[in-house]
Amino acid sequence: MIAHSVIAPIIVPAVVAGLVILFARANLAVQRLASLAAIALLIGLSLYNIGLASGGPVPYFLGNWPAPFGIALVLDNLSAMMVLLVAVLAAVVLVYTTATGWDGRGRHFHALFMFQLMGLNGAFLTGDAFNLFVFFEVLLIASYGLMVHGGGAARLRAGVQYVAFNLLGSTLFLFALAVIYSVTGTLNMADLAQKMPLLPEGDAALVRASAVMLLMVFAIKGALVPLQFWLPHTYALSAGPVAALFAVMTKVGAYSVIRFGTLVFTPSLSLTGGLWGDILWIAALASIAVGALGVLAAQRLGMMIGFSIIGSMGALFLAVAQFSPASIAAALYYVLHSTLAAALLFLLADLIAARRGHDDFAQPAPAFAQSGLLGSMFMMAAIAMVGLPPLSGFVGKFMILQALSEHAATAWSAVLLGSLVTMVGFGRAGSALFWRDTGLAPQPAKHPPAQPQAFAAVFMLALGLVALTVLAGPITQWLAQTAQGLLAPAPYIDALTLPKAVP
Amino acid sequence: MEALLAIIIGALCAGGVYLILQLRSFPVILGMSLLSYAVNIFLFVGGRLAVNMPPIIGAQTTGYSDPLPQALVLTAIVISFGMTAVLLLMALGSYLHTGDDFSDTPPKEPRP
Repeated sequence: MIAHSVIAPIIVPAVVAGLVILFARANLAVQRLASLAAIALLIGLSLYNIGLASGGPVPYFLGNWPAPFGIALVLDNLSAMMVLLVAVLAAVVLVYTTATGWDGRGRHFHALFMFQLMGLNGAFLTGDAFNLFVFFEVLLIASYGLMVHGGGAARLRAGVQYVAFNLLGSTLFLFALAVIYSVTGTLNMADLAQKMPLLPEGDAALVRASAVMLLMVFAIKGALVPLQFWLPHTYALSAGPVAALFAVMTKVGAYSVIRFGTLVFTPSLSLTGGLWGDILWIAALASIAVGALGVLAAQRLGMMIGFSIIGSMGALFLAVAQFSPASIAAALYYVLHSTLAAALLFLLADLIAARRGHDDFAQPAPAFAQSGLLGSMFMMAAIAMVGLPPLSGFVGKFMILQALSEHAATAWSAVLLGSLVTMVGFGRAGSALFWRDTGLAPQPAKHPPAQPQAFAAVFMLALGLVALTVLAGPITQWLAQTAQGLLAPAPYIDALTLPKAVP
Repeated sequence: MEALLAIIIGALCAGGVYLILQLRSFPVILGMSLLSYAVNIFLFVGGRLAVNMPPIIGAQTTGYSDPLPQALVLTAIVISFGMTAVLLLMALGSYLHTGDDFSDTPPKEPRP
């Protein structure tokens, strides 16, 4: 029997987006209801898919073309987890954006939001390299619209930079795919995994060139230094809930690196060997440094959170670079954690900026309502992001450090120093935001209302972080299993090998 | 034939990269278009050059031209065309809002 629930996470948002544009262009309430229904369905589907994937990778052949001739989707533990993460994050973002009215400050928020989810889910589920490119474009073109949602000169200008940077990345992606196709004659990922080891030594130059180009594409998505330039401005200038949703975009880069690094360009592949690991290692160390220094230098809250994301991606890729079961499991745990923590920080930053009138913490602003609650939430989010005990950031960084057996001294000092500097930066921002006595009289008239629903969204994310910490035992066990499965991809390849077309 | 295509792709790439490095957004967009032409030709050549060959293997055929890169190129053309349109619109919006078309951010710009 064909498991149609594999493709449903792509179909549902696509259909809802189309319906919203066709029938509810002007009716915000209906749009919200449609998004809510779609996301509720997505969460249910992802939970079902996680159960489905526990029995091994499930292929889905579009149009029932036998692999590797048609496009195939594959649901395994990793893609099921990422799709669930997207659905949970989308639910929180939807609650927040309806509470604050961000979705009414421009047109077509919900349609773009749905297309964004479609692109993300597709990128996580596809088993074909060219299809991955297509879904990258789907999620990017939706993100271009979302990024400039709300308008304004600065946002549009940053939007042009963001689009140009990613367009360049897409071009590079096509170059890499063309080289891979010309060498192997296939773009199906499982088929690539089988054909790569059979290539003659003479193709080494082409394979290595395509591997590095592909890594650059994923590094742009994952904001690895030196390809991180698009991130701080894009995230700082996007609307708060949009930036929170974008927290999962960098993880698309991490996912692709993990997928390709464990399936196609594996460390055991003689043509590339440790090429990816070596490059990732250096880039990750540089990302930790740039992220930490950026946090320290930032003048605005949004920029600071953006740089803290670059630092956290550095820690993540440090673990990925090892490609060992323990390090991949640690990286996956850190993916879950840093997505939730970054989203939480962006939502808080939006609430704070709405109350202060701006997010420049060097500029004094009058005292604002709910600053006690916001302050303690900000401290919790900062603790999570920096990686202090007792929250999941500490668990994640501890797992990463434990998994890094090679070059342990370098890794430990980089991660710990980076965390220290990031902590100083967050401490400075927090004290300037919440403790500084500005001498200005509070201005209660300008305050937005208490917004209990917006805070509910924030609490949902905080609860997610707590759950990730409390349930760290079972989650890491499951992730260790997932990492084992990724590093022994025979079942994944078998699921996509001829003749497996479903009658 | 190979040399001609290689020179065309190289020239398009060089022009595209040069234009992308300019300060104003209009040359950047032109550079993006040149690069996308280059990558489209590159993708097409990825299936090997075959002149006067059918795309389907039959009993009498002695060779074939690979049809898959042609399908890939078609997809890539559509996507890059759409993306260029989006970039053009964003650049136009940015120009109309800010009064200039510089593609970098001024050092002190207030949050909207």
